[in-house]
Amino acid sequence: MLPDFDINFLIFGILPYAVLAVALIGTIARYERDPFTWKTSSSQLLRRKQLMWGSVLFHGGIIVLFFGHLIGLFTPVWVLDVLGIPYGLKQWIAVLLGGTAGIVAFVGASMLLHRRLFDARIRVNSSFADIAILVALWLQIVVGLGTIILTLEHMDGSEMVRFMTWSQSVMTLQINAWLQVINVHWLYKVHILLGMVIVAAFPFTRLVHMLSVPIRYVTLRPGYQVVRSRRRRPLEERRRAFDKIEGKTRRPAAPTAAE
Amino acid sequence: MSHLLDRLNFFQSKELEQFSDGWGQTTTENRDWEDTYRSRWRHDKIVRSTHGVNCTGSCSWKIYVKSGIVTWETQQTDYPRTRAGLPNHEPRGCARGASYSWYLYSANRVKNPLIRGSLMRAWRQLRETMEPVAAWAAIQNDPELRGSYTKTRGKGGFVRATWDEATEIVAAANAHTAKVWGPDRVFGFSPIPAMSMVSYAAGSRYLSLLGGTCMSFYDWYCDLPPASPQTWGEQTDVPESADWYNAGFLMLWGSNVPQTRTPDAHFYTEVRYRGTKSAVVSPDYSEAAKFGDIWLNPQAGTDAALAMAMGHVILREYHLDRQAAYFEEYARKYTDMPMLVRLDEKDGHLVPGRMLRADDFQDKLGEANKPDWKTVAFDEASGEVVVPNGSVGFRWGEEGKWNLEQQANGAEAHLRLSQILDNDHDTVVGVDFPYFGGAATGDFVKCDHPEVLTRNIPARRVTLADGQEVLVATVFDLFCANYGLDRGLGGDWVSKDFNDDSPYTPAWAEKITGVDREKIIAVAREFAGNAEKTHGKSMVILGAGLNHWYHMDMNYRGIINMLVMCGCIGQEGGGWSHYVGQEKLRPQTGWQPLAFALDWNRPPRHMNSTSCWYAHTDQWRYETLRAGEILSPTAPEGDWDISLIDYNIRAERMGWLPSAPQLKTNPLEVSKQARAAGKDIKDYVVEQLKSGDLQMSCEDPDAPENWPRNLFVWRSNLLGSSGKGHEYFLKHLLGTDHGVMGKDLGEEGGVMPKEAVWHDEAPKGKLDLLVCIDFRMSTTAVYSDIVLPTASWYEKNDLNTSDMHPFIHPLQAAVDPAYESRSDWDIFKSIVKKFSEVAPEVLGVETDIVQLPLLHDTPGELAQAHVKDWKKGECDLIPGKTAPNYIAVERDYPNLYKKFTSVGPLLEKLGNGGKGITWDTKVEVGHLRDLNGAVLDEGVSKGQPKLETAIDAAEMILMLAPETNGEVAVKAWEELEKPTGRHHAHLAEGAHHTKIRFRDIAAQPRKIISSPTWSGIESEEVCYNAGYTNVHELIPWRTLTGRQQLYQDHLWMRAFGEGFVGYRPPVDLKTITAAVNNDAAEGNPHVVLNFITPHQKWGIHSTYTDNLLMLTLNRGGPVVWMSEVDAGKAGLVDNDWVEAYNTNGALTARVVVSQRIKQGTLFMYHAQEKIVNTPGSEKTGHRGGIHNSVTRATLKPTHMIGGYAQLSYGFNYYGTVGSNRDEFVIVRKMKKIDWLDKPAARSATRNVEAAE
Repeated sequence: MLPDFDINFLIFGILPYAVLAVALIGTIARYERDPFTWKTSSSQLLRRKQLMWGSVLFHGGIIVLFFGHLIGLFTPVWVLDVLGIPYGLKQWIAVLLGGTAGIVAFVGASMLLHRRLFDARIRVNSSFADIAILVALWLQIVVGLGTIILTLEHMDGSEMVRFMTWSQSVMTLQINAWLQVINVHWLYKVHILLGMVIVAAFPFTRLVHMLSVPIRYVTLRPGYQVVRSRRRRPLEERRRAFDKIEGKTRRPAAPTAAE
Repeated sequence: MSHLLDRLNFFQSKELEQFSDGWGQTTTENRDWEDTYRSRWRHDKIVRSTHGVNCTGSCSWKIYVKSGIVTWETQQTDYPRTRAGLPNHEPRGCARGASYSWYLYSANRVKNPLIRGSLMRAWRQLRETMEPVAAWAAIQNDPELRGSYTKTRGKGGFVRATWDEATEIVAAANAHTAKVWGPDRVFGFSPIPAMSMVSYAAGSRYLSLLGGTCMSFYDWYCDLPPASPQTWGEQTDVPESADWYNAGFLMLWGSNVPQTRTPDAHFYTEVRYRGTKSAVVSPDYSEAAKFGDIWLNPQAGTDAALAMAMGHVILREYHLDRQAAYFEEYARKYTDMPMLVRLDEKDGHLVPGRMLRADDFQDKLGEANKPDWKTVAFDEASGEVVVPNGSVGFRWGEEGKWNLEQQANGAEAHLRLSQILDNDHDTVVGVDFPYFGGAATGDFVKCDHPEVLTRNIPARRVTLADGQEVLVATVFDLFCANYGLDRGLGGDWVSKDFNDDSPYTPAWAEKITGVDREKIIAVAREFAGNAEKTHGKSMVILGAGLNHWYHMDMNYRGIINMLVMCGCIGQEGGGWSHYVGQEKLRPQTGWQPLAFALDWNRPPRHMNSTSCWYAHTDQWRYETLRAGEILSPTAPEGDWDISLIDYNIRAERMGWLPSAPQLKTNPLEVSKQARAAGKDIKDYVVEQLKSGDLQMSCEDPDAPENWPRNLFVWRSNLLGSSGKGHEYFLKHLLGTDHGVMGKDLGEEGGVMPKEAVWHDEAPKGKLDLLVCIDFRMSTTAVYSDIVLPTASWYEKNDLNTSDMHPFIHPLQAAVDPAYESRSDWDIFKSIVKKFSEVAPEVLGVETDIVQLPLLHDTPGELAQAHVKDWKKGECDLIPGKTAPNYIAVERDYPNLYKKFTSVGPLLEKLGNGGKGITWDTKVEVGHLRDLNGAVLDEGVSKGQPKLETAIDAAEMILMLAPETNGEVAVKAWEELEKPTGRHHAHLAEGAHHTKIRFRDIAAQPRKIISSPTWSGIESEEVCYNAGYTNVHELIPWRTLTGRQQLYQDHLWMRAFGEGFVGYRPPVDLKTITAAVNNDAAEGNPHVVLNFITPHQKWGIHSTYTDNLLMLTLNRGGPVVWMSEVDAGKAGLVDNDWVEAYNTNGALTARVVVSQRIKQGTLFMYHAQEKIVNTPGSEKTGHRGGIHNSVTRATLKPTHMIGGYAQLSYGFNYYGTVGSNRDEFVIVRKMKKIDWLDKPAARSATRNVEAAE
């Protein structure tokens, strides 16, 4: 039926959509069905040892890597052209920034993994998913660092552009996107595949806590005391509406304690 | 609708407004998530129940049920109020109770009936061709088949069974046993009826209908303080905990109130805010010690010395140098102190003898009725000897003078306390008192005072009826001399100075106890000073810590004496508060007919467990303590130096103690023989006993005819908790692997008993069948042949009371029994039903012969003024007088079920009653007939009130008991008015029409009604306090003198030197032998410590010790506590695994090394189950052991006395007690921790099975 069937088509052409579907539907399903499992599952209460250094290094590194990949892969190539950034330069930035962050994340992830596997108290409180996702991330970082060595052999940025094109093609639903990455080194392919595995696993692990980073406490919420009211309208507005019916006028009230 | 969509509201402002300068804000964010928490605490219903565990707390709880599952419990707060000025009963509850809902669904729960696999296999195979009883007989008659399950007890191998099959085996075994050996070979052990009375009654009713033996618990647990019956003729009666709040000076003596009386401890903390001073006596720095204003820490086991020294101070300063008026009056009216004691001559010396009786005098001083039981005193006014009212002789055979009015022979009498004044005595003579301080061994301080101390006493010469002139002294004068007080009469061994080193001074006590003399003097002064000012509001809360010693009577009597000297007994806020093990079955007289089937046949078979287990677990074969070692140097001539079991056999023969089994020949057969011989059953038994053709079982406990054959254990963990001599139980009663390391007397070449028959080969595996009924897989369950799953405390209907508070409240089924479990009532109903079906195979209507000892509170208590043994020819065998009584009882075996499930006719015929009074109860039975309905089926029970359900049974208790039915209370008080001649009914008249029903207490706990069963009253004026009616209603104590009996004049008491109290060091049980102590031989670090087993914090006895929530609070398994010094000696650090052992066996535990513990002792909180986290013992090769693996019960002859007023047998009232604190153990670090979790090497039995 498919005489010239190519496994690459399945992995780089079809799988990304399957992975994205699983990640999206899985995440929504978990959020709806099991909101109380939506958490970081921090093991800090069990043991602080190795956590502070491991966690800070890992998170610092991984956040840089995450946004680095996001920006690096999904910035359209023409934007580079318009801005006049040579591909080689961009690749150097990626190698230096990613390499540094990768090493930081590697150190952090190694500490966390060691702690999770060899601290008996933490080991016994870990689920399969807890261990598996950490192993996957650690491997992904190792593979990622490995690809940097390959990349150093061809610093013209052509390979990089292939990956940018592939990711953007996937996003723009171009059926032939997979052709872009047929001929790249197998280590890159492993990195991409592992990345897709992690994305697919996302809804079923503690990774979901990424979506609930409590940034708004820093940015949007001035009050120390937050009262969730059943009222739908501000008090002042209600008063005015009431007064309007009663036909009274009065001065705006000073802010009062919540009801 | 959707959590996600609800969050997708970015364009909608969520902020409503700000407040507090913007530090706070109000938002409209979604609040649905809150519902999760709301439904977490939402429930379908709340049901009132409690924890029917052996705990005096008896707290009422709210049980929450959700979707048919018990989810959690919280404390009830709706207790009956106390009264103005007193704190209320609530809060009540503790962490243990709050963890029960976890227990209910834990993996420890027994879910189905379980049977030992090898037994099940044999049963099914035989049952294919045989009828049930024949099948059981076939198993018993084949030693290999029997051994296949008896030898594997405790080794797993349970299989599931149906109820039908399990009950059939039990019924067949019971029927076979009754037929072949006698129904009294079916034993049942269950403790503490008060914690779940109906559940207790279910089993005991079955046994009593069958003719089986109901075993006591209170004495066996060693929670019975024999000093209480000795002094007051009362098992134990104590103030309710609220009464602590009325105390002015409160001593805690060996009781750890915050830890073991948790729900009541608040009264203790509250009264301290009221200004009450508290002294705590505890060897260790216990939780209670922290509450004390002063902490006295005597060496464990020397409490009597401390009490004696305090008594010495009190007597000196409040009775002799100055006579506190209140104390003196109290002593005159309420104690035996004015009574006259005859001074007997022995080897040219004088010793205190019997109390003089009216019988001794010319014309019996005008007393025609029971003059030998009426004690005498001098009247101050006339100077004549008079017979004051109230002694026990007035109780039986006449009416109107059994009271404590200051009267003698109808005239006013002012009794003379002391003969110290020159005109009051004829001479001063030296009287010998025994002194045991020199008997101390091991770590205990040995004194070099002589063993006989002669002290001067003022005495009068009195001429008796036979013309003999004798010297007499008052109890008070002898009492003061006994305490070593110098009264200016000269002579030795008395002292004026507290600093003299002479027995019973504070300086002497300092040497023995290690407590500073200043502290002893200060506490004694404050104790007495407060009592004088408040008229008796000094209280002592005391507990098992003191009572578990072999000479517990001395500890207790030492303290009781202090209280009596200071007039504290019977006064609100004062008195003796012994809260151990007896939860006070308040509606006792309503419960007895139900529990012992007194509505169908009387009397039931009761047995004192200590003597029974001592004999039947063959602990007597290893006895190292000879009576000669504890005998008084002043003992009268006699054959005293015999074995302890010999004393017990004599006591049984003379009718003092009960027996089980009773006769060597099956009583069903004896009655047939009597009938064949054409003789009256009683006469026939007497004749046969005299000729020796019929023997009492007690004389040969190892003969197969005399073994206990079937044993039910329910509401109890006999093998995991109370079984002193655990390893002996395993070895001889069960016949399985055991850890006994000592050799018996035969192997050791020790002195053999005189009366007990010795078999060279000791029996192993006396029990044919052990049935355990429990909700959890306890140690006992693990060793049983059949385990029946019972409903837990949230799954059954029952009643509960306690001595700590005055109300009665229910256990209720919040949910149906989980899995296949059934309530105890339903289980025994199933068994009796099956029994009635199975029995006709071998049994019909039979005549049983019940052997009944001389009972307290019956005329039988006046049977033996002098000790005479019929077997030695000292008297004739007269049943009920010189020997037990023998009573024929009909057993209608095929109709047992009908009798079980209905109230029998005897209540209407004979009435109901207790503690010496009987009242008509036809009205109440009529009311029950209306309430429960009458039986309509044809047969023996037709027309009788129904007893189908546990609630029916509860209603029977409530209807018949004076405590819960005011009409009965008034009747009962009126009955008591006959002997006392005084008006008492006023105490209950206000409650005449109060009738408490089960549904009433389901609504709210109800305060009970004052009843003559108890010595305190329920009133708006005073708290419940023991002895209150004796002091205020002038109802005599049920003792020889009718007063608080401080002098015990029974021959055996005098022989063992306990006529008066004294200090007796712990006995040497000789369990640390060179043979067992290989560590000493090999030079390994180890330490020898006194083994102390107090009550624990994380469990109620063994219950909760396998509860994960409680295990989490401590170290998750068995622990022992040790001082830092001792740990250093044995090379131990905290949390090491240690092994403690002696000849009795070995146990394993982790060690807690703590500054709290006094050097020289090893604490092991008792009853930590060996089913949780207990490794194998290196010494025995078997699993660790429980605390009782290193103990063994040892009997005391003075506890066997009977037929002598207050010293008469009563079930759980008097008898031998299972002391265990005099024990020492070797403690060493374990080298290898073996969990024994690998498959055992293929055993011979397994190979045999494989070959088949």
